[in-house]
Amino acid sequence: MALVVDGKEFETDEEGYLANINDWVEGVATAMSAEDELELTDEHWDIIRFLREYYEEYQIAPAVRILTKAVAKRMGKEKGNSKYLYSLFPYGPGKQACRYAGLPKPTGCV
Amino acid sequence: MSTLHTVNKSPFEKNSMSSCLSHSVADSAILMIEDGVYGAIKNTSIAGDIDSAVKEKSIYVLGPDLKARGLNEDQLIDGISVVDYAGFVELVCANDKVQNWL
Amino acid sequence: MATIKKFMYVNRKAPYGTVYALESLEVVLIGAAFDQDVSLAFVDDGVYQIMKGQDTSGIEVKNFSPIYSALGDYEVTKLYVEKESMEERGLTLDDLMPLVYEDEDDDWAEKDSITVVSRAEMAELLEQQDVLFNF
Repeated sequence: MALVVDGKEFETDEEGYLANINDWVEGVATAMSAEDELELTDEHWDIIRFLREYYEEYQIAPAVRILTKAVAKRMGKEKGNSKYLYSLFPYGPGKQACRYAGLPKPTGCV
Repeated sequence: MSTLHTVNKSPFEKNSMSSCLSHSVADSAILMIEDGVYGAIKNTSIAGDIDSAVKEKSIYVLGPDLKARGLNEDQLIDGISVVDYAGFVELVCANDKVQNWL
Repeated sequence: MATIKKFMYVNRKAPYGTVYALESLEVVLIGAAFDQDVSLAFVDDGVYQIMKGQDTSGIEVKNFSPIYSALGDYEVTKLYVEKESMEERGLTLDDLMPLVYEDEDDDWAEKDSITVVSRAEMAELLEQQDVLFNF
């Protein structure tokens, strides 16, 4: 499977996750969210960028409860709670936000 | 006839390294690769065996495998040389045959 | 609430040469969701897993050593490293990554995750567990 952004093809796996995290550009997130009929706001981008930084440091896509805790620590409790994160990413902040960020599916998600 | 011996197992887990040392003649070339590179480090429980081997055999270690495991040249037993992949190929070409101690 | 059990993951293999170390880490991360009393033991060649300064760019394999630093986030905070295993390999605590966690019950104070134990203490720790996972 492949995702096309500005005429360039990005390889994805059978669940729509980017095959190579280093291929990622912001257009990937925009294109994926458009397919889900979701418009990305600054609040979405904060989480997407946070996930990319987390992966850069630890080489893993965090499970949703770890993401929630880490966001709370970095951005405060009003963002680091599952209600807020699910309101941004209704398909699940772990899976959906990681996919937009070009990360693999979080370890421990089924 | 010259032989290049390679060892790719940790000397602390398998006996490949000691078997290699006892089955290689003087002037042989021995190349430590993959988990075999742990044998090249100073102050280990097998460092004495490697020290003696260095005196009569040419011992090499593959640099990229050292780096991957968080090891560096300062930690190596004196007399062991670091080679890269091109050096690995040269060793294979410079010898008549290869014995891999798997 | 179900009884909390003591789970210990016993790591005895070097990284990269075989897939055991990475497989163990993945099981630890997945298992962390079950709220058990989890600890990790690093014995024999397992101590090589947490060496600092790993750089796999030359062997085209993923460097998974940064994942150990995320264990604190997963509330996996007890890492026991066997002293004799380090000594036999010419290693000291300085050769290992400084792994830490933030203690939620102590105003997020940063604490060491690694405890160096003797072989006899390790034997005791194994004895105290309810479940052992071997890698």
